[in-house]
Amino acid sequence: MTGLGSHFKIILTLSWRNLWRNHRRTAIMLGAISVGVWAMIFMTSLMRGMVDDMLNQGIRNLPGHIQIQHPDFLDDPSVVNSIGEPGGELLTALTQNGTRSWANRIRVPAVIASERESRGINLIGIEPAAEADITGLPAQISAGRFLESNQDKGVIIGAKLAERLETRLGKRVVIMSQDPDNNIAERGFRIVGIYQAELAAQEEFNVFAARATLQKLLKIEGLVSQIVLVDHDYRDVESLYRRVEAATPDGLEVKPWYEIDTYLAAMFNLMDGFVLVWVIIIFLALSFGLVNTLVMAIFERVREIGLIQALGMRPGLILYQILLESLLLLLIGLALGNLLALVTIKPLESGLDLSAVAEGMAMMGVGSVIYPSLTLYDVLLANVVVVLLGILTSILPAWRASQLDPVRALNTH
Amino acid sequence: MSAIRCRQLCKTFKQGDEIITGLDHIDLDIETGEFVCLSGPSGSGKTTLLNAIGGLDTPDSGEIHMGDIRVDKLERGPLADMRLHHIGFVFQAYNLIPVLSAQENVEFVMEVQGVPVAERARKALDILKEVGLEGMEDRRPAQLSGGQQQRVAVARAIVSHPDLVLADEPTANLDSVSAAHLMGLFQELNENHRITFIISTHDKRVMSYAKRLIKMRDGKIIGDEAQ
Ligand SMILES: Nc1ncnc2c1ncn2[C@@H]1O[C@H](COP(=O)(O)OP(=O)(O)OP(=O)(O)O)[C@@H](O)[C@H]1O
Ligand SMILES: [Mg+2]
Repeated sequence: MTGLGSHFKIILTLSWRNLWRNHRRTAIMLGAISVGVWAMIFMTSLMRGMVDDMLNQGIRNLPGHIQIQHPDFLDDPSVVNSIGEPGGELLTALTQNGTRSWANRIRVPAVIASERESRGINLIGIEPAAEADITGLPAQISAGRFLESNQDKGVIIGAKLAERLETRLGKRVVIMSQDPDNNIAERGFRIVGIYQAELAAQEEFNVFAARATLQKLLKIEGLVSQIVLVDHDYRDVESLYRRVEAATPDGLEVKPWYEIDTYLAAMFNLMDGFVLVWVIIIFLALSFGLVNTLVMAIFERVREIGLIQALGMRPGLILYQILLESLLLLLIGLALGNLLALVTIKPLESGLDLSAVAEGMAMMGVGSVIYPSLTLYDVLLANVVVVLLGILTSILPAWRASQLDPVRALNTH
Repeated sequence: MSAIRCRQLCKTFKQGDEIITGLDHIDLDIETGEFVCLSGPSGSGKTTLLNAIGGLDTPDSGEIHMGDIRVDKLERGPLADMRLHHIGFVFQAYNLIPVLSAQENVEFVMEVQGVPVAERARKALDILKEVGLEGMEDRRPAQLSGGQQQRVAVARAIVSHPDLVLADEPTANLDSVSAAHLMGLFQELNENHRITFIISTHDKRVMSYAKRLIKMRDGKIIGDEAQ
């Protein structure tokens, strides 16, 4: 039995030279493979970028990476289901190194009224200093100012809500909710800031006031609705989650973001599947060209294949030779495609502005600027799929060629 | 590898409804070191017989022995190995790999055999010089004349001193000087290295080198005489 090893050089020579025999066909095929691979990687990086953006915004805007709250709060976000401000072991765990930031929040349903209109809202009591690190709200203030302290008497509303209420910066609004004893709690607030969020829905529903001010209004001194933690990367919150869970007193619930926002979590989990499907769809389109190229290349040199068989090259080596030819084509195409992807994605690192079509995107929870996210995993996936499936689809034509009858092949014209 | 024995070899070809006789109950013994010419009109079965002996084509019935080996019973792989290591071929119509140079074509069989680089390069250059193609080593087949291509094919067939050379019309495209030179080379290899030659030809000059002349017609042997 003669192995592939000792014959590699002659097989490589034959493959390489045969590849360049029909320049035009090879060039076309290389173009197709590289554009296909480019499309796989480029589009995947955009999709990843979009989902990253969606998740980062979605997570930052409310849930944070991890939440601590009353076990009933998620089902019934009422003031009854409040918890005490953190203390003891939990406070130590929160302030210890490793937690990027955390904040207490109060969240209750409320009604806001201007002199003209009233609307149902999500009233959020925040600690301005801590919150600044979590939501990025200060940067979204388009008019007026951000809250200055936990006792600030002002309120911040979204631009959209201001429009709906037909009110504006500096005007007063009345906010009405219930205290734990089901008594109406209401108070006038001056609008000290207007914010603009990427998501229109948020502008309309989220109204921010200072934590201590709301505690007083709702008669829940010392209590909050939830504690929100943010870590460095939403993909990797497990260790923080375990640490905080261990330090949290019984009777409180600790949840990572993916259990709170199951839509975002599903989105995140589906991404790998989407990417794989996308890569395979493009490959399928490519595979027709690949098989056709190979079949043509074999058809054109049936006599040669007959000749090398007649001279004593085993069918197995002929199979390898044709597979190697296909592999070379794939590898060159991949190299070009990867390069193409790299040079097109690099310049977009500062963001691809899609504001022209962004209105539709905002509805999906995506900002108007996409930052392509190129991951090694996706690049490897595209390359591995192309090589593996490429070789797989080449096996049949190559095997057929290896089984040609030498005499008949030699006498083909 | 040694003596060739064919017993009751039959081969037919179908062409539409027509059945064409290629070989018709051929009995033939060729001893090691013989120098045999096959002659006969076109279509008499010379190529078919060479292909059967060389293990390129399986007969419909009958036996082919080469020493202890039943050639007609070998699987594709072992058959390929047998051709590679024991037989040198010169085909009638198509001989060279277009993407390889003259030298690479000559080296091809040795390379598949696993002969070390330096040795096969030396042998290839020597034999190309011997067949009068010095200076043309790097040319591709398309840059060679029909006769030059044929000489490259002959060089490849004999370069690694196989046990048996099967040459189908090896002088068809050659002028008489080149043909005579080639036959002299065959004769020398036959006498000094005991390589068996079976050469099919229409050429009277080639036949004059034969020690045994076999005449064929309609797939049968109609004459077999020592010269
Ligand atoms: N693949 C084939 N299909 C059909 N008929 C074939 C095939 N190969 C050979 N034949 C027929 O078999 C017979 C013997 O052919 P073969 O090639 O052996 O003749 P030959 O003696 O080599 O002739 P030539 O001197 O022209 O080369 C011929 O009648 C030929 O037409
Ligand atoms: Mg013939």
